[in-house]
Amino acid sequence: MTDYNFAYLDEQTKRMIRRAILKGLAIPGYQVPFASREMPMPYGWGTGGVQVSAATLTPEDVFKVIDQGADDTTNAVSIRKFFQATAGVDTTEETEEATVIQTRHRIPEAPLNEDQILVYQVPIPEPLRFLEPRETETRKMHSLEEYGLMHVKLYEDIARHGAIATAYAYPVKVEGRYVMDPSPIPKFDNPKMTMPAIQLFGAGREQRIYALPPYTKVVSLDFEDYPFEASKADHSCELCGADDSYLDEVIVDDQGGRIFVCSDTAYCAARQAAQSDAAAAQYEEISA
Amino acid sequence: MYVAVKGGERAIDNAHAWLGEERRGDQDVSELSVAQIREQLSLAVNRVMAEGSLYDPDLAALAIKQARGDMIEAIFLIRAYRTTLPRFAGSEPIATEKMACDRRISATFKDVPGGQILGPTFDYTHRLLDFKLAAEGGLADAPEGDAQQGDVPHVLSFLDGEGLIQQEKQGAGTPPDLTREPMELPADRPLRLQSLARGDEGFLLSLAYSTQRGYARNHAFVGELRIGDIPVEVDIPELGFAIEIGDITVTECETVNQFTGSKTEPAQFTRGYGLVFGMSERKSISMALVDRALRWEELGEDNLGAAAQDEEFVLSHCDNIQATGFLEHIKLPHYVDFQSELELVRKLRRDTMAGADCTHTQEAAE
Amino acid sequence: MLVTATSTSAMQGGFNNVPTEAARQFRAIMNAIARPGRIETLGGATPPAPMSVAAGVIVLTLCDPDTGLHLAGDHDTPDIRAWVQFHTGAPFVPAENANFAIGRWEALSPLTIYAHGTPEYPDRSATLIIEMDALSTDGAILTGPGIEDSASLSLPEIEALKTNALLFPLGLDFFFCADTRLASLPRTTKVTEGGAI
Repeated sequence: MTDYNFAYLDEQTKRMIRRAILKGLAIPGYQVPFASREMPMPYGWGTGGVQVSAATLTPEDVFKVIDQGADDTTNAVSIRKFFQATAGVDTTEETEEATVIQTRHRIPEAPLNEDQILVYQVPIPEPLRFLEPRETETRKMHSLEEYGLMHVKLYEDIARHGAIATAYAYPVKVEGRYVMDPSPIPKFDNPKMTMPAIQLFGAGREQRIYALPPYTKVVSLDFEDYPFEASKADHSCELCGADDSYLDEVIVDDQGGRIFVCSDTAYCAARQAAQSDAAAAQYEEISA
Repeated sequence: MYVAVKGGERAIDNAHAWLGEERRGDQDVSELSVAQIREQLSLAVNRVMAEGSLYDPDLAALAIKQARGDMIEAIFLIRAYRTTLPRFAGSEPIATEKMACDRRISATFKDVPGGQILGPTFDYTHRLLDFKLAAEGGLADAPEGDAQQGDVPHVLSFLDGEGLIQQEKQGAGTPPDLTREPMELPADRPLRLQSLARGDEGFLLSLAYSTQRGYARNHAFVGELRIGDIPVEVDIPELGFAIEIGDITVTECETVNQFTGSKTEPAQFTRGYGLVFGMSERKSISMALVDRALRWEELGEDNLGAAAQDEEFVLSHCDNIQATGFLEHIKLPHYVDFQSELELVRKLRRDTMAGADCTHTQEAAE
Repeated sequence: MLVTATSTSAMQGGFNNVPTEAARQFRAIMNAIARPGRIETLGGATPPAPMSVAAGVIVLTLCDPDTGLHLAGDHDTPDIRAWVQFHTGAPFVPAENANFAIGRWEALSPLTIYAHGTPEYPDRSATLIIEMDALSTDGAILTGPGIEDSASLSLPEIEALKTNALLFPLGLDFFFCADTRLASLPRTTKVTEGGAI
C-alpha cells in the first residue's frame, strides 16, 4: 500500500477535514458539513471515523481501535490494519498506551488523559433525525435552539413506559447550547464524555464532523423528577470481577445459561493480569 | 513496530482467500479476461462507469471481474478508486448536438430531420433464449451504411421555434460538485441532475415508474433519446484554446411533458432531462422523469406529497454506495447497543409486572 | 512559470515532507484550539518576514485553493504573496470573503467586517491569525470548553474578544502567533480582565 499517501487520504482532502475539525472544536456539538470521500471500506463501517483518524494521525502516534469495546472484533481489526499499512503507526490494545483511539459504540473504561484523542464512528449524527427526517428542518431547529420535539419524545416515553426508553445514543446537551448525538454508545458511557481528552466525531455517509474540546460540559437530557441514570447489567464481570464496567451478556449453553463479561476487553485483560500477578506474588510470599 | 494481532486478523485473511477462490470458480473453466468483460458485457460496464462516476471501460470491466459480477460492489470499487485520482482540469460542457449518433429516436414525431435511427436496441427483439449463444454460435454481420455528416439538431429545438416548450435557464457559472462539497439542501437543478446521473438505476426506475402510475404524474413522452459518441474538450489556459482529450459515449433523454400553465406561465410543454455515461436508456429515461417531477416548485405546480417530488428524499437515498453501506453495516456487531436495550426491556417489564402485581393484590384485598 | 528571484525564494521555506510534517503541525494547531490559552510550538516553515513561523505553519497546514486568504497591513507584500501562492495556491481575497486573515491586531480590525457564520451554518466564519510580538500565559482570564478551571493569555484587546464570545454560536476564531509560538481563542472562550481574582 506504499503507493498511497501517508494515512491514505490526499493532502487537500486532509486539509478540508482538518479545517472542519477545527470549526467543530470551536463550536462544540455543532455538526460541521464536510465533503466526505468514498473510502476503500463501505459507508456505515466507520468511514467518518477513518477519515477523521486519517486527518489526525501523526507518524509518532500509537493507535488503538475498538468496536463494541473490543480490540479483536473484525471491523476493529480491519481498520487497525488499514492504518498500519497506510500510516505505519504503532498500534496497541492498551488504552493507557494509545494516543489516538478510534471507537465504535463504547468509551473505554480507563479514564482518558489530556494527551489522548478519542475518535468516534457515527452512523446518524443528527440527534433529531428520528423525530424529523428532513435535514432542512433539523438544521432550522438547531439554529433556533428549538429542542421541544426532543423533550416531548422523552416525556412521552415516561408517560407510556414510566422511564425514558432510550438505552444507547442517548442525546446530550453540550455547553447548554447544541443537542448532540453521542453516537450509539450505551448511556452508561454518557457521563464519561466530560473528559480531559479531545473527542472527535466523524459521520462519513452523512458528511458531518463534530467535536468536544476537553472538559466541555456534556449533560444527558432528562427531567427533574426523572433524572438520567447511567445503567448497566446488575452483575459483575465473570472474568475479572469488575462491578463498575459495562458488561456484555454471553449465552453459554442451550438452556439459556449466561455469564456477564466486560465489554472493554483491554480493561478486563489488564485486571485479570494484575490479579494473577498479585496471586503469584502472594504464592511466592507463602512459599518463601 | 509493535502490532496488536488477534484471531480476528487470521479469520479475515482466510475469508479473503476463500473469496478469491469463489471469484475464480471452477479452475477447469477458462478465466474471463477483462477485455472479454469490456467487449461482451458492455452494458454492465456502462452501468459501472455511470454510477461509479468514472469513464474508463477497462477499469469498470476489471471491477466487475473483481466483484464477481455484483454491480454495486463493482461501482463501489470504482468510486473508491476515483477519489484517489488528482483532478487536473474541468472539461468544457459537452455539446450533444455534435454527437455521432448510434441511436436516435423520438416518440413525439413520426419523423424528424436527421431521421429516426434505431441502432443496436433490444426493443423489438423477441425475448426468447437464444440457445445458439450457449453453443458459442456464430455471428451474422450487421449491414453498414454511411455515417451522417454534420450536427444532429435536438428534436425539442423544433418546438422551441413556436415557443411551445419552456426555455431552460442558463446556469450561473460552474455547477457545484457533489464529490468535492458536502450536499446542501435545498439543492439547485445542476446539483440534482448530478446526483441523479450517478444515482442507482433501480431506485430511479422505480421512482420514475411511480410518477407514471399517478404519484405526481407528469405525462411524459420521450421527445428524444440519443446515444452516441461525443468529444470532450479541455481548455488549456497556456494555449488559449480548448483541445480534444477523447470521446465518450453518452445517452441523453429529453422528455416532453404536458403543462397546462400556471398563474405566471402560459400553457406550454416542459421537459425532463437525463444524461448518463455509456449506453443506458432505462437510466436516462428514468432520470428525465424524476428530474421533471422534482421541478414542481419551479413550475408552480402542486406538491402532491409524492416521493418523486421530494428533493430531499430522492437525493438523500439515490446513491447506492451510501445505501448499501449503511444497510449492510447492520451485519457488524451491535451487541453493546443490544445489551443496553435488553437491560431496558427487562427493567420496563419488571416495572410493569410489579405494577400488575400491585393492582392484583389491591383487587384481591378489595 | 517564469523563475524570477522572487519565485526562487518563494519556493523555499515550505515543509520538507508535506504529509507527515502537516500532520504533526496540525496536531499542535488542534491542541491549541482545543485548549484555549495553552501555548504550542510550531515549526517547519520559514515564511518571508514579517510573517512568523507559527503563522506560516498555519497557512501551509490549512490553506489551499479552496480557502480565501486575506493579508492585512504589513503582511500584504509581494514576497508573502508569492510564498503563499507557491506553497498553497490559496486565492487572496478581501477581508469580508476571507476564510483566513493574517496580520497584526490593528491591521485586522475592526472584527465586524469578517464572516461570522450564519445561524444555520455558524462554521462559515473566518479564522483570524494574529501576529504578536510576544505571547505569554499571563493577562486575560479565559474560561470555557477546553479549559478545566481557567487559563491566562496575553491578548491584544479584551473588549472585542468579549463581544465575540457573546455572539456564540456565531463568531470568529483566533490564533495568536509570536515567532514559533501559538495560542488560540475560539469563540467559546469567555474573556475577563486578569488580576481580578
